[in-house]
Amino acid sequence: MSLDYEIIGITVLWTFLYLYVIIASIDFGAGFFNFYSKLTGDDNIISPIIARYLSPVWETTNVFFVFFFVGIVGFYPDTAYYLGTTLLIPGSLALILMSIRGSYYAFNSNNKESKLSWSALYGITGLLIPASLSVALVISEGGYIEETATGIDLNFTDLILSTYGWSVVFLAIISVLYISSGFLTYYASKAEDKRASDLTRTWFLIWTLPTLVITQFTFLGLRSHNYEHFVSAQNYWYLFGLSLLAMLVAVFLIWKRRNYGTAFIMIMLQYGFAFYGYGISKLPYILYPYININDSVVNENMAFALTAVFVLGLLLLIPSLILLARLFLFDKDYVKGNKKS
Amino acid sequence: MDEVLIGRVLTGMTLGFHIIFATIGVGVPIVFMVLEFLGLRKNDAHYLTMARRIAKGYTVTVAVGVVTGTIIGLQLSLIWPDFMRLGGQIIALPLFMETFAFFFEAIFLGIYLYTWDRFKNRWYHWLLNIPIVVGSTLSAVFITTVNSFMNTPAGFDFEGGELLNIDPLAAMFNPSSWVRVFHVVVTAYMTIAFLMGTISAVKLLRSTHQQDKSYHKKGLKVMMSIGVIMAALTILAGDFSAKFLHENQPEKLAAFEWHFETEERADLVLFGILDEETQEVKYELRIPWALSFLADNSFDTEVTGLNDIPEDERPPLIIHYFFDLMVFFGMYGLGVAAVYFIVKFTKRWTKLNEHHRGLLYLYALAGPLSFLAIEAGWFLAEMGRQPWIIRGYMRVSEAVTQADGLGITLIAFAVLYTVLGITCIYVLLRMFKGQSAEADQLKWYGESGNVYKGEGGRLS
Repeated sequence: MSLDYEIIGITVLWTFLYLYVIIASIDFGAGFFNFYSKLTGDDNIISPIIARYLSPVWETTNVFFVFFFVGIVGFYPDTAYYLGTTLLIPGSLALILMSIRGSYYAFNSNNKESKLSWSALYGITGLLIPASLSVALVISEGGYIEETATGIDLNFTDLILSTYGWSVVFLAIISVLYISSGFLTYYASKAEDKRASDLTRTWFLIWTLPTLVITQFTFLGLRSHNYEHFVSAQNYWYLFGLSLLAMLVAVFLIWKRRNYGTAFIMIMLQYGFAFYGYGISKLPYILYPYININDSVVNENMAFALTAVFVLGLLLLIPSLILLARLFLFDKDYVKGNKKS
Repeated sequence: MDEVLIGRVLTGMTLGFHIIFATIGVGVPIVFMVLEFLGLRKNDAHYLTMARRIAKGYTVTVAVGVVTGTIIGLQLSLIWPDFMRLGGQIIALPLFMETFAFFFEAIFLGIYLYTWDRFKNRWYHWLLNIPIVVGSTLSAVFITTVNSFMNTPAGFDFEGGELLNIDPLAAMFNPSSWVRVFHVVVTAYMTIAFLMGTISAVKLLRSTHQQDKSYHKKGLKVMMSIGVIMAALTILAGDFSAKFLHENQPEKLAAFEWHFETEERADLVLFGILDEETQEVKYELRIPWALSFLADNSFDTEVTGLNDIPEDERPPLIIHYFFDLMVFFGMYGLGVAAVYFIVKFTKRWTKLNEHHRGLLYLYALAGPLSFLAIEAGWFLAEMGRQPWIIRGYMRVSEAVTQADGLGITLIAFAVLYTVLGITCIYVLLRMFKGQSAEADQLKWYGESGNVYKGEGGRLS
């Protein structure tokens, strides 16, 4: 019996990337909103809520990302060569931003009194990280890497002037604000803090329209950049349709101040459908046209070992994550702030 | 500077910085596990407060550990893409497992830090230590096997530049894995015990909070107890390493020891200055025949000399100094801990107290020196396998990236580490400055030692 390791690998990795997008968006956006509320003077309303949610989970967020990049090099070692070489500068930039954010979040929440400049550091870097990471997705569409006799080169000028590139960058930033305000609305309403949930609800509604606009823009950008992928995406039009439908339901519920929990699930579905639709239509390429999942998958023994470890690891992780969520997300007393650690 | 050198300096700098926080990450959980156990067992709020204060400071260092760990994880592909393309076929498994172990730890650490008063039975909270210690130690184990693979590759056939017939488990548990894992884990435990001992000693020397004296004395005793056990194990680990190198990586052992001629009854060279041209060592402390004995428990053992290693496969000879520093600073901790217990058990007769100021100064040095030993040890291990990135299969010079901009990357990361390091120390110092342990204890456990009050996650 032969298992299709290349399919297993990419499914696992894509799922981790999706989870990272959702969880990191909540995390990054919360940091930004925390900083923003300090500027507007609303921080006494929203900061305690954000802290209660973020403090116990922030380390976990980063692991989803590490999982993704360790996994992709493991399943498809060629990615290390192509993406590693081309991403030296953008990748290092993303790493520096992530380090500043991660450290200053912890520094600020453990310092005697918080500093506005430190809140600014992790608030603003939080928005720039998704933007810099999304460069990897842009490059993966092909066209920016040239293979020469001596090696491979990244065409920086083309990348910087690319409309498609910029639309993905803005999509990343806007999504962070959209997803996190949706989540915070739900979390604040669970804490029965009406003022906080009203505030975050307004933020969410403000970001609805830009989200809709930028997604259309990204599609148009893809059309001019990689027409083949654009055509193949249309074969999965129903996934993108479902995504739009989920978005409409989410916005409707939040606008009507109803079922914030369901609304957030709809937001997750909205991004889920779009993300998997994008991913499936991109196959079989990881990096167009150099890395194709069928001929660059790791040797069979290693693929089997990785898959086995992955299954065993999940058996350990899922119960632990459920425990974490039960203690800090679904424990009503904790969320309300009655149980102070 | 050429690209290979910049790549090496950048990787060395990242690892050198990360190791500090990684060692804290591996060692501290065992310390608060022991302290919380003692606190619950003896019903002594001093120990509980100590565990909790250490855990609080630990959160800050974990943040830096996590981000620098992420950096090195990605930098492997960014700086050494050809290495990861080849090595990725094999080291993927331990890297993947390391991530799982770390994930596991991160989840339970989050729970641990914010549930001090959420369990009626306080032993349930103590149980959370187990996944944290298991996770942090296992991540050290897995990542060390990756490094071991690079030193002593195994588990594949090499034909025409390709790795064939790969056996992931044989690669992971390659010949040097066990020795190195043991060495890394016990030295991390030892270093952190001495680091905490340093804090107690410094606080006893210049205490701004007089009421904390008995608290810090208890701390010192626990740390010295953990430290003396781990230091003894470290010496055992060092002995295993020497024997292992003799068998498997003779060029490394020879370079450690400036041992040029293959011979029996080889001398152990301590300190000294080398004239590389004439192979003459000056000002050294020479222990006759000891190297042979160290290599195989017999003075008649023939130890391979550098002159029998092809010139372009010899490690740089500077590593001898790192070797001296590692051994000397590693021994220092054991010596100090031994002095602590000797003085303590003989004070009835000598009238010398184990908390004598002079001795406190000695204890205070143990933490920083142990950290220097860790750094020296890693420099030694890593430079000792030059010029190889995968020993015998791929040279460092073949693995470096062809991308432009390595120089600017080096500068950017140097600035980043400086800023992070300074801020981290600043936050840690401020965190405990105006706050005496007694005050924390009163706040968390009350007069009776049985009230539990926490501080909610604060972000303001």
